[in-house]
Amino acid sequence: MKIPADLKYTQDHEWIRVDGNVAVVGITDFAQGELGDVVFVEIETEGEELEKGETFGTVEAVKTVSDLFMPVGGTVTEVNEVLADEPEVVNKDPYNAGWMIKVEMKDTAELDDLMSAEEYQKMIEA
Amino acid sequence: MKITALNEIHKKAGGKMVEFAGFEMPIEYSGIKDEHMTVRESVGVFDVSHMGEFWIKGPHALELVKKITSNDPTLLTPGQAQYSCFPNGKGGIVDDLLVYSYEPEKYMLVVNAANIEKDWKWVVSQNDVGAELENASDQISQLAIQGPKATATLQKLTDINLSEIKFYTFVTGKVAGIDDVIISATGYTGAGGFEFYFRNEVAEEMWNAIFEAGKEFGIKPIGLGARDTLRLEMGYCLYGNDIDDTTSPIEAGLGWITKFNNGRKFIDRDYLMMQKTEGVSRRLRGFVLQERGIPRHDYELVNSEGRVIGKVTSGTMSPVLNKGIGMGYVAKEYSAFGTQIFVKIRNKNIPAEIVKLPFI
Repeated sequence: MKIPADLKYTQDHEWIRVDGNVAVVGITDFAQGELGDVVFVEIETEGEELEKGETFGTVEAVKTVSDLFMPVGGTVTEVNEVLADEPEVVNKDPYNAGWMIKVEMKDTAELDDLMSAEEYQKMIEA
Repeated sequence: MKITALNEIHKKAGGKMVEFAGFEMPIEYSGIKDEHMTVRESVGVFDVSHMGEFWIKGPHALELVKKITSNDPTLLTPGQAQYSCFPNGKGGIVDDLLVYSYEPEKYMLVVNAANIEKDWKWVVSQNDVGAELENASDQISQLAIQGPKATATLQKLTDINLSEIKFYTFVTGKVAGIDDVIISATGYTGAGGFEFYFRNEVAEEMWNAIFEAGKEFGIKPIGLGARDTLRLEMGYCLYGNDIDDTTSPIEAGLGWITKFNNGRKFIDRDYLMMQKTEGVSRRLRGFVLQERGIPRHDYELVNSEGRVIGKVTSGTMSPVLNKGIGMGYVAKEYSAFGTQIFVKIRNKNIPAEIVKLPFI
């Protein structure tokens, strides 16, 4: 299972890649493995300003549906259009091609609450 | 938690293990979609040893089976199997099951794993006719070998001509050097194939022989996840979802296994007869989503005004159709094929059409 060292993680198994005040968000390799085949990613919050912890979309696997949560507060500036037709990319490449949204962060101090790769690894092993 | 005789094998094969009906079972190995298509296009193997088997024996065996099942077991000759259900005396269903006519005075009932105890108590409580009962659930292993390449795979392991075993019939014989295997042309996938029943001690031997024989066809182990999507594409009921103690077989579209012929007295006969002649107020129906979305158990079904007309009992993304499909009970006015309904998914009403089953 891959847990890239340069990303930050949430307890809800999202990852976040920070570049200035823009954050790219997706779900972790562990999360996609637990969900199984992803068949539908629904994100209809483009342009909306959401608080940290709010739902920005849902991911549906064959057996289950799971909400997607904002790791930090901010405006959803972009949604990965590829996932509309090829949701399986989330399984194949969760950290790159399978990214879900880009967020213009409101307060980068919220990043401090997130986990490092090492901390995330410990959490899922616990 | 209970385990089947193949527990270790599943773990070695990379099965993702979950608790199901008190057993530790594999939900998936290579992925539900891959497993699903393997069964539709080639051959896959399910460990269904968690299911229950009861023997009903003796001179009063048929009398008991006649009384407690909705289908008519007097129509069976030895070597035939029949889909049936246990009416619960209150218009609902205790369980659905297969009835195997083994000998004139020997029947095997195959029941759902989740209901073994409940069913056993029920059958024992109804046995006022003096049939001999045996719960063999813990001694018998069961494999379902399903798909268009199932026959070619299994034929390598036996001298019995498998293509002569008609749908819903069975023989008992030697497979892979193992005696007394019940070879049943039944299944829960609609993909064709067989179900084997044999004793636990030879389970690993049987599994390995089947996988060796199926190698050239890309045979794979199949988990409970794909078992559910496969049965749902065929519109087969799952007990606990689509049928239960509160649904009648007539409402569930199981009128075809509710037989009133020959004046046979069976539990709930009069009530079910009334439902059949006077009609029911709701029907189990299949529907296909016309936009993107996946119906799930307990989602509401609504009409164009948003009024609730029913509930989803089973739903999934069909790997073959690549569309959301589901079943649910709908008010009679909405049960005609082609009727437009809506599935309430989160905050949206997604349009769906009532269709004939199976879905594929």
